[in-house]
Amino acid sequence: MNKKEMISTDNLTFEYIRRDEEGNVEGITTAIDNVSLDVQKGQFIAILGHNGSGKSTLAKHFNALLFPTEGSVWVDGMNTEDDSHLWNIRQEAGMIFQNPDNQIIGQVVEEDVGFGPENMGVPTKEIWERVEESLKAVGMYEFRKKSPNHLSGGQKQRVSIAGVIAMHPKCIIMDEPTAMLDPNGRKDVIRAARALNDVEGITIILITHYMEEVVYADKVFVMDKGHVEMQGTPREIFSQVDKLQELRLGVPQVTLLAHELRKSGLAIPEGILTREELVDELKKIYR
Amino acid sequence: MLRDITLGQYYQTDSIIHKLDPRVKIVTTLMFIVSLFIVDNFIGYIIAALFLIMEIKLSKVPVKFIFKGMKSIFFLLMITMLFNLFLTPGEAIIQIWKLTITREGLILAIRMGIRLIFLITGSSIMTLTTTPNNLTDGLEKLMNPLKKVHVPVHEISMMMSIALRFIPILLEETDKIMKAQIARGADFESGSIMKRAKALVPLLVPLFISAFRRANDLAMAMEARCYRGGDGRTKMKPLIYQKRDYIAYAVVLLYIVLCIVIGRILL
Amino acid sequence: MAIILDHINYIYDADTAMAHAALSDINLAIPDGQFIGLIGHTGSGKSTLIQHLNGLVKPTSGNVYYNGKDINDPDFNKKELRAKVGLVFQYPEHQLFETDCFADVCFGPKNLGLDKKEVELRAYEALKMVGLPDEYFYQSPFDLSGGQKRRVAIAGVIAMKPEVLILDEPTAGLDPKGRDEILDLITSLHDKMGITVVLVSHSMEDVANYVERIIVMNKGKVMFDDLPKNVFAHYKELEEVGLAAPQVTYVMQELAAAGIPVTTDATTIEEARTEILKDFNK
Repeated sequence: MNKKEMISTDNLTFEYIRRDEEGNVEGITTAIDNVSLDVQKGQFIAILGHNGSGKSTLAKHFNALLFPTEGSVWVDGMNTEDDSHLWNIRQEAGMIFQNPDNQIIGQVVEEDVGFGPENMGVPTKEIWERVEESLKAVGMYEFRKKSPNHLSGGQKQRVSIAGVIAMHPKCIIMDEPTAMLDPNGRKDVIRAARALNDVEGITIILITHYMEEVVYADKVFVMDKGHVEMQGTPREIFSQVDKLQELRLGVPQVTLLAHELRKSGLAIPEGILTREELVDELKKIYR
Repeated sequence: MLRDITLGQYYQTDSIIHKLDPRVKIVTTLMFIVSLFIVDNFIGYIIAALFLIMEIKLSKVPVKFIFKGMKSIFFLLMITMLFNLFLTPGEAIIQIWKLTITREGLILAIRMGIRLIFLITGSSIMTLTTTPNNLTDGLEKLMNPLKKVHVPVHEISMMMSIALRFIPILLEETDKIMKAQIARGADFESGSIMKRAKALVPLLVPLFISAFRRANDLAMAMEARCYRGGDGRTKMKPLIYQKRDYIAYAVVLLYIVLCIVIGRILL
Repeated sequence: MAIILDHINYIYDADTAMAHAALSDINLAIPDGQFIGLIGHTGSGKSTLIQHLNGLVKPTSGNVYYNGKDINDPDFNKKELRAKVGLVFQYPEHQLFETDCFADVCFGPKNLGLDKKEVELRAYEALKMVGLPDEYFYQSPFDLSGGQKRRVAIAGVIAMKPEVLILDEPTAGLDPKGRDEILDLITSLHDKMGITVVLVSHSMEDVANYVERIIVMNKGKVMFDDLPKNVFAHYKELEEVGLAAPQVTYVMQELAAAGIPVTTDATTIEEARTEILKDFNK
C-alpha cells in the first residue's frame, strides 16, 4: 500500500437486500459495482452523480459507516473491515452530511464542536484549544456561544465542519453538504472546504450534484449506476458536454454556452470552466 | 401557533445563581421542596418565603418574568384550591347554596396554594438560571453512583440533551406541516373530539416519520464523530465545585435545619 | 384580476421586544394566467409573503383581495380560497402521510367535501398530470424516490383544482435531472391548464428559462418587479443583496464592456448564443 494514498478502494462492490413489508426478500440492489479508485493525500476530489448513482453509499464506506460486500476499502493504509482500526479511521476521515440540522448534537455551537474531541478522550484544556482553532478556521468563532437553532443553513454546515476539524482529521468527506442550502450558504461552505485544503492540506472529498462546485477540484469522478463513469481533471470532464448531458448532470451555463457556440462554428476550445475564460476566448476571436 | 410554548426556559443574565454548579441548584431545589412539606405553620412559610426572595434577588431574574410562567398553571392552582375549599369536611363558616366552606377547608386551601406557588417558583428559578445542557450534566454527575447498579446514567443524560436540542426543531416542523395540511383543506379546529383526533393523523404521521429520519441521521453523524458511549469520554466543560458552591450548600443546610427546628420541634 | 396585495405589512412577534417587520408595504397584483418568479434569499420575506396569498397568515395591516373580495373578511370562505390558491410548501414530500400515493392525493379533494367519485377522479387526473407511472399509484409514497415523492405531493395540491399555484422552492434538494423534470412539469401545468403560477426560488438561472415576470424581494420589500431581462440588467444591485443574475448575463455584460457590440439583455443560453453569433458571423 502506497503511503501517499489517503483512500483507496479495490474492486469495491456493495449490495443490499430489498425486503417487502413482510420481510420477504424482493431482490438484491447493487449500489456500488466494482469500483476501484485512489485518492492521494492533499487532493481536492469531487464525486459527481445524480441521486441514486451510488455516490453517497460510496462515501459512507470511506468512514467505515458501511462495509463492502466484496472488495476492500483502505483509509490511510488501514483496511476498514479491520475492527481494531475503526476509531482511527473515523478520526482520520471525518464526515459531513447533507442535512444541517440532523448532525449537530450540541445545544451551543462550541459544545457541538467539542463533541468529537470529547469522544476521543482529549483532555479538557486541549478540547478548548481545538474548538477555538476549528471555529476560527471556518469563520464561525464569533458564534461560539449561540444556539445552532439560530444559525442559517450555511452557518450550521460550517459548524459541522468545525466539529470535524476539531478531531484533527487527515481527510474530510462531504456528502452533498450544500444540497439544502441557498446560494450564499453554498458559497461559504465551498470556500471553507477549499481553504482547509489549501491552508491545512486536508484531503477533501466533495460529493455533490452541483457542477459549479467542482471547477476547482484536482480530480473529478462521475458516478452513474454504481460505476465510475468518467474521471479526470475538471477540464477533461467538462470537455465532454454531450456525455454529461446524457448522464443528466447540470452543466454550468458558461460551459454549455461555450459548447453551443463551438457547435455553431466559433473557434472556442472545449472545457470552458469560468466566465472569464469564455469572455477571453471570445475577445481573442473577435479581433 | 406553537411559538408560545416554552420548555425549560432559560433567562440569560450574569448572576451568582447562574454561576453556581448545576448540582447545587438541583439539590437546593429538591431540599426546598422537601422543606415545604416539613414546615407546617406560618412562621415556617415566612422563612421559606424569605429563602425564595433571597434566591430571586440573587438570580437577577425580573419578578415579572418569573410570574409570567405562572399564568399557565393558574388554572390548575385554582382547581386545587377550590376542591380543598369546598370539599373538606369540618366546621362550617360560610354556606352558599349547596356548597359549604369549612374552616379546615379554608386553611387547607390556603396551605395548598402557598405550597404550590412556592414549589413552582422554586423550581422555575432553577430552570431560569441553568441552561438545559448544564442541567443534564448536573443530573448525570449526581446520578453517577447509580452506575454501580447498572443504571445507564450517561445514556439517559445524552438522550435528555438530544431531546432538548430537537424540541424546537420539531415544534417548528409541526407548525409547518400543520400549515401545509391546512393549505390542503385540513381542519384542525372544528368538529367533535373524535373528528378532531382523526384530523391529527395527517399531522402526526409526517411528524413521526420526520423524527425517525432525524434520529437515524443523527445516530450516523454521532458514530462518524467517534461516539461510543460514556466510557473513555472526556468533558469540555467538566463540573468542578468552587468555593461559592460549598457556601451555597452551607446556606441550604442551614435553611433546612431551621425549617426542621421551627416546623417540627418548636411548635 | 386574480390576487391583489394592497399595502401589506407583517410584523413578527408584535407586542414583544423581538418585534421586527417581515414585510413592509407590499403592493402587488397577480393577474390570471401569469407565470411569475418570486426571488429572494433566505429571510427576505418571500415565504411569509406567499402565506398571505391563501390566508394562512393574516397581515398586520393592509388587505389581500382575491377576485375583488377581501380574503380576511370574517365571512369570507377561506377553505374555498385554499382550494383556489394552491400552496406547495418547501420539501412537500414531508407532508405525505397516507399508506398509498392515491389515498394521499385524495386528501385535499376529500376535505373540500366532494363525493367519492369526484374525489377519486380528481386524484387520478392529478397523478396522471404529474406523470407518476401507474404502477406506483397504490404503493406507499415512502418507497418512492425523492423526485417521485415530490410529484405525488404536488399532485395532492393539483387535485384541488387550483386557479393559482404557488410553489415554494419546488426544486430544493433535487439533483439536476429531478430539478429539470419538476420545472418542466410546472411549465406544462401553466401552459396546458392555464394555471397562474408563482414560483419561489433563490436560483435566477432556474427561473430565467421559464417565467415571464420576476419579483425580487429584499428585507421584506419588493426590490424589483419586471420582465426577467429588465431585472437582470440590475445585476450589480442584485449582487449587493446576495443574489446573482444568470451567468450568461455576466458574459454579455463583460463582452459589451470589452467593446463587442452585443445587446446585453439575453437571459438564457439560447438567447445569448443567437446574440453572440449575430455579432461574430458578420
